[in-house]
Amino acid sequence: MLSIRRELHDKIVAHARADHPDEACGVIAGPAGSDRPERFIPMLNAARSPTFYEFDSSEQFQVWKEMDERDEEPVVIYHSHTATEAYPSRTDISYAGEPGAHYILVSTRAEGETEFRSYRIVDGAVTEEPVEIT
Amino acid sequence: MAIEVRIPTILRTYTGGAKQVEGAGSTLGELIEDIDGRHSGLGERLVADGGLRRFVNVYLNDEDVRFLGGLETPVKDGDTVTVLPAVAGGTA
Repeated sequence: MLSIRRELHDKIVAHARADHPDEACGVIAGPAGSDRPERFIPMLNAARSPTFYEFDSSEQFQVWKEMDERDEEPVVIYHSHTATEAYPSRTDISYAGEPGAHYILVSTRAEGETEFRSYRIVDGAVTEEPVEIT
Repeated sequence: MAIEVRIPTILRTYTGGAKQVEGAGSTLGELIEDIDGRHSGLGERLVADGGLRRFVNVYLNDEDVRFLGGLETPVKDGDTVTVLPAVAGGTA
């Protein structure tokens, strides 16, 4: 299960809405081993695309280095789908390289409501998990 | 002196859980071959068809080697090579 504060949930949704129709992406860091998302880090989508996202590799290096120095890890990796459901695509699964992370997908395809779902993706296997907003 | 290579969580199964390993070589390609000699299978997760796999980012000190020279990038003792999983995906 993913437990996430309302404020962080709202920031992800706001980021996804702001970048729509392009996909938005980012990380929430937390203390290593805590499974607690705490520090919101919106990332550039270097692909600036409605169907693809990728972290800018230099920005990612800096962010990962900073997490390492603060003894944090990427507890959440999020991105948006802007025309399809909030479920990991084949591309999402083939790239998923953080087995300890919660992969949050949001969909901004409907104007009024934003789907918000969370998954574990390990060795190509996708498992959806409940989301508790605190 | 050697070249330090930082390994991401997902590849630590090849290093017995170690976060970093040491290696030698005059290019990134040689360095990867060298560490693969001791951590069999690791090389294949980094290189395919003579180039770096798109699922990983490899940095020499703090620069992405794709902007340097890929596997031909010169490396030397005292350098740090960092491997990170590329974070990407999308609908397509």
